[in-house]
Amino acid sequence: MYAIIAGAGKVGRNLASELINKDHEVTLIESYRPAYLAIEEEFEHAVQYGDATELWVLERAGIQRADLVIAVTGDDEDNILVCQVAKEKYLCDRVIARVNNPRNHDHFRLLGIMPAVSATDLILRLIEHEVPRYGLVHLLALEEERLEIIELEVADDAPTVGEKVADIELPEGSLIISVLRGGTGFVPKADTTIEAGDEVLLVLDPGLEEAITAYFAPNGHPASL
Amino acid sequence: MFVLIVGAGRVGSAVAKSALAAGHEVSVLDEDPLSHERLDAGQTQSWEDSGGQFTVGTALETDALVQAGIERADAFIASTAGDNTNLVIAQLAQKRFGVEKTIVRVMDPARADWYGEQGMQTISPTKHAIEMFERTLAGGGE
Repeated sequence: MYAIIAGAGKVGRNLASELINKDHEVTLIESYRPAYLAIEEEFEHAVQYGDATELWVLERAGIQRADLVIAVTGDDEDNILVCQVAKEKYLCDRVIARVNNPRNHDHFRLLGIMPAVSATDLILRLIEHEVPRYGLVHLLALEEERLEIIELEVADDAPTVGEKVADIELPEGSLIISVLRGGTGFVPKADTTIEAGDEVLLVLDPGLEEAITAYFAPNGHPASL
Repeated sequence: MFVLIVGAGRVGSAVAKSALAAGHEVSVLDEDPLSHERLDAGQTQSWEDSGGQFTVGTALETDALVQAGIERADAFIASTAGDNTNLVIAQLAQKRFGVEKTIVRVMDPARADWYGEQGMQTISPTKHAIEMFERTLAGGGE
């Protein structure tokens, strides 16, 4: 795979190293001369000096044959522009953009720049993971599909303990997709019995979290703390 | 016509003044309060007294755009110092707020051309300058 990364800050540099270690071809583009010079020795031909929002700079980096364009500069407008041009002018169908200011997330969405990743959102999600409310962990929000995947640890006093999956009448719009027990995960069948201490993964329509929580962790015990 | 101008540098402020003089309703958004002085400069009365509107705010902030009146704008001019900022906010004006006429200043001729092909009304001062230099050079310094 050939990836072009715009912006050689911490994110861009580390992404580039990871991808290179995984034997992908990478070009990192950095417009700030001192930052470019600082990493030139490490990245050699894999880093280029220039403004990635300039079309000729992208062309010099070979955007026509890029499989993936990642825009992780510190400027949201620049990230939007790089991705928009990559997608619409150079027909690169995989782009990833970094959102610096979470308030700009809507702009990325409006202009079709997806996925747009905001570090603030990721950290918030990590915090949720560390301090789960009702023992519920948001694993993934599929915004476009309007679905969420959550993880819950089944409490000792949960009404579902000892019940077969087929007998648990979950709210419309939710489904158990996996059970983690004793370190291994499996896809439950209708006759799988839920045990206390299981970690269940559910896919659900947004807004059902609290209702679902009542089935597995009624008193809001935090998961595995 | 209600005209919203984002970015009141030399170009933005001059266009704002002439649009106001031509009888349009004009609102200016700029992140630098000092830009207001550029609107007052050389005028007999202040920008507001002449009927102009001025909002301090960042172009990418939806709240600032709304405060500056984007929802009822008939025309939107993006003339901040950043090409990419201009291109992004002009698209917001078109796609989010449905502003009928949006005009974008893009210094880089390549980006101006491409976004122009995509249906945006772009103005590239650099392109004009190049053409004028070329013409003057060809005309033997006339």
